[in-house]
Amino acid sequence: MTEDNKSTPGEPSEAKPAATRPAGASASAPPKPSLGRAMLDGIITGNSAVVTFLAILLALVVGGVLMILADQDVLDQYKYFTAAPGDALSASWSLVSDAYSAMFKGSIMNPDLFADGSLEDNFRPISETITQATPLIFGGLAVSIAFRTGLFNIGAQGQIIAGAVFASWIGFVVDLPPVIHLVFVILAGVIGGGLYAGIAGFLKARYGAHEVIVTIMLNHIAVLLLGWLLTTDTFRRGGQSQPIGKDANDNAVLPNLFGDNLRIHFGIILALLAAGIYWWLLNRSTLGFELRAVGSNPDAARTAGMSVARAQILAMVIAGAMAGLAGVSQVMSSTNPAHTLTPSIDAGIGFDAITVALLGRTKPLGTVLAALLFGALRAGGSVMQASANVSVDIVIVIQAVIVLFVAAPPLVRSIFRLRGAREGAEGGPLAAKETVGVQA
Amino acid sequence: MKLELRGITKRFGSLVANDHIDLTVEPGEIHCLLGENGAGKSTLMNVLYGLYEPTEGEIVVDGTPRKFRTAGDAIDAGIGMVHQHFMLVPVFTVAENVMLGHEETKPMGWLDRRRARKKVLDLVDEYGLKVDPDMLVEDLPVGLQQRVEILKALVRDAKVLILDEPTAVLTPQETEELFRVMRALRESGHSIVFITHKLKEVKAVADRITVIRRGKVVGTADPASSEKELASLMVGRPVKLVVDKTEAEPGAVRLEINDLTVLDGNGQAVVDRVDLRLREGEILGIAGVDGNGQSELTQAILGLRAPAAGSISLDGKDLAGMSPRQILGSGVGFVPEDRQHDGIVSDFTVAENLVLDMVTQAPFGKRGSIVPSAVRDNARERVEEFDIRTQTIESPAGTLSGGNQQKVVVARELSRPLRLFIASQPTRGVDVGAMEFIHKRIVAERDVGTPVIIVSTELDEVVALADRIAVMYRGRIVDIVPPTTSRGDLGLLMAGVLPGAEHADGAGATRADTAPAGPVEAKTNESDATPGEEDPA
Repeated sequence: MTEDNKSTPGEPSEAKPAATRPAGASASAPPKPSLGRAMLDGIITGNSAVVTFLAILLALVVGGVLMILADQDVLDQYKYFTAAPGDALSASWSLVSDAYSAMFKGSIMNPDLFADGSLEDNFRPISETITQATPLIFGGLAVSIAFRTGLFNIGAQGQIIAGAVFASWIGFVVDLPPVIHLVFVILAGVIGGGLYAGIAGFLKARYGAHEVIVTIMLNHIAVLLLGWLLTTDTFRRGGQSQPIGKDANDNAVLPNLFGDNLRIHFGIILALLAAGIYWWLLNRSTLGFELRAVGSNPDAARTAGMSVARAQILAMVIAGAMAGLAGVSQVMSSTNPAHTLTPSIDAGIGFDAITVALLGRTKPLGTVLAALLFGALRAGGSVMQASANVSVDIVIVIQAVIVLFVAAPPLVRSIFRLRGAREGAEGGPLAAKETVGVQA
Repeated sequence: MKLELRGITKRFGSLVANDHIDLTVEPGEIHCLLGENGAGKSTLMNVLYGLYEPTEGEIVVDGTPRKFRTAGDAIDAGIGMVHQHFMLVPVFTVAENVMLGHEETKPMGWLDRRRARKKVLDLVDEYGLKVDPDMLVEDLPVGLQQRVEILKALVRDAKVLILDEPTAVLTPQETEELFRVMRALRESGHSIVFITHKLKEVKAVADRITVIRRGKVVGTADPASSEKELASLMVGRPVKLVVDKTEAEPGAVRLEINDLTVLDGNGQAVVDRVDLRLREGEILGIAGVDGNGQSELTQAILGLRAPAAGSISLDGKDLAGMSPRQILGSGVGFVPEDRQHDGIVSDFTVAENLVLDMVTQAPFGKRGSIVPSAVRDNARERVEEFDIRTQTIESPAGTLSGGNQQKVVVARELSRPLRLFIASQPTRGVDVGAMEFIHKRIVAERDVGTPVIIVSTELDEVVALADRIAVMYRGRIVDIVPPTTSRGDLGLLMAGVLPGAEHADGAGATRADTAPAGPVEAKTNESDATPGEEDPA
């Protein structure tokens, strides 16, 4: 293969043909993804770690601005902004920094306690973060695995409830020796969630019913079914009119890892295990290979002899099993001291799970990290409310803004003038942001 | 309008897709850009159309340098582009699609459909681009959809039209029609940049030819040059255009299809009472205009479509009722006609695509686990063996050029012991160099005794490869003839017309040796194929 010499005289650097191979510079578009898929693919593939980090940073900035806007005392300072800009700025700074440092103290560590606090005191914020993150990891994995198979699982809420109901029932209805009872409870949660999600998978595979619609409807069904179950004698705690379930046996409970004073519990071990299984399933198993193939090109998967229906059903069942574990954690862990079923047992985890999965780009490690971030926001948020007097709702806003920015990578890139954003785009969103406080 | 590209260079990271390309398009000429897949033709045109910014170089229109930041700038400068993948709204009518983006409006922002319609009709008359402005685009065949794309460019006063591999999706007849339109446009002073890697087409319409190889202009050629010259210029080495093969030595019957009928969603028979016998060590070509049941026939053999009636048996084993995985597992290799759609998973790496239908089997899968080293070794071997041009075996298959994607599919299907090999459009969108290679592999597969079925709408390909040709028309096998049959007769058969007894005589005279495997073996539905059934398809 020396033909290059003929056509390109005087270019000795061209000696190695292999180096100059234009390997498909014009990648053509894959066949017709649906609008929703295209959008989600964009979110998942369009974000580098940098963009995700910047999105979080921006969200914290937006959160800070909102804190200022919501605080009348600080806003009053801005009336004299031209006369004494220092006052307004320092009041804003102290408000925002107090809030965020309270959040930090509540979720990561408290420097004030570092010297003379006990080991437990120092570890408590992290313990809280991990405790909050545990069900989110399960939920995030449940959404991720379905997504990799091309299914948008909005039904984590319902699956969590199903898992919680099954787990709770096994928890109080039988009396088994220590470890064994817990194993049965966990299995019950897995089966409950798996079966419930399997309904959506089956309807999709067999009749083509769209999983988004079906899972949303199954969420409603689960919530209402739970409400009804808590009125029945089987589930409702005796002698009470409140819709509260029966207490689980002590043997059925996920044990705390470091004693009664720290809430961190065995669930996190299960969650990391689940993430590990998810990694193996996705990257190393033939089943995962098929799931991913069905997820990105069902036609090619079918032509290669895979059963699309089987993949869809299995993906939903596995997703539901993961979500069911979140249900187990909700009922049987330290976050639920009496270990009972309540009408709001899912605690909104089913929906945060979608955000976690997207933020974690449906990758195992990413999902764990995203869940930890949200766990930290949840754990820190309550401390922030208590000690800095900033509403815990700001946490929800921050979460929402993170998603907003993650959903629009080009926006983040253009704000930070990163490569990839179109050059010379509308000059300076940063400048605009700085004036927000002034006009108020 | 005179268009010049001066020293255009486009880099993607370390990859140089275009390297100092100079190109001049004179008014009123059909300028052909010839090059292999991945040579950088499409990149160059995307630069010209404002979709990519060139790393270096400038675009000069009528003597003034212009900068195209968006496709809109290029359109304003009088450049129109027809992409390989159409950019049409399927549920809109032709007229609506044509006016999309610069709608005619009446006061108060009302859409002026009538004026849009009239504009379309005017253009239709002017250039003979026959298309009904009121049809929904989704109801149009591909050839007509392409016309709508051309109309879209023309209605925006495009003086230079870029056609990116326009014939890749067309039937021979549609291609002829397109050439007629191109010539009409040239007469009216438009210039056309025609991107292709098909030599016949270049010779048929081009006024001037620029050959690109590996991102560089390697020469210009005259349409009078022979195909051989063009091919070697394009590939960079001498190329054989004829398939080198010995006479078939057919053995025992391996595949038997009896009375096979496949229905489409509306209950219409798309494969209609087909009988076929395929022997060991022979290639059966299935010719026919696209959409006459060829794809459905192959899909039925693979178990992707359930037959309504009839039987398919391979080596005496009934395939009906088996799942595609079982059929693949029993030794059927299958190259689907649409690789993007059915052949590869573009998000998957090249290595993963090379084991797509074998991942559950040893050595790639063991007890539910993938063996990554086996997958990697396999990929390295195939990439080497089939000269698949990819940066690494871990690159997503979607980043490969079309021809290399096709090589991935062919490599995968030929990398295991086969008892039947079915290839639909094995070289669609593939350049000459790769085509030569794929053809060689197919013949080699036949020579080890595998029965092979080739479905192709390219008559050249069928004639070059097949030992026998079955012509399909409206779901039926009209006739089975030897490859020496004249093009005229084959064309008639493809239109469903039996040329009477002529071909049998001709065949007998020229290919007496293979005649027993030919028409005699073929039980056709001659009684059913009514020559009088004339319907312009």
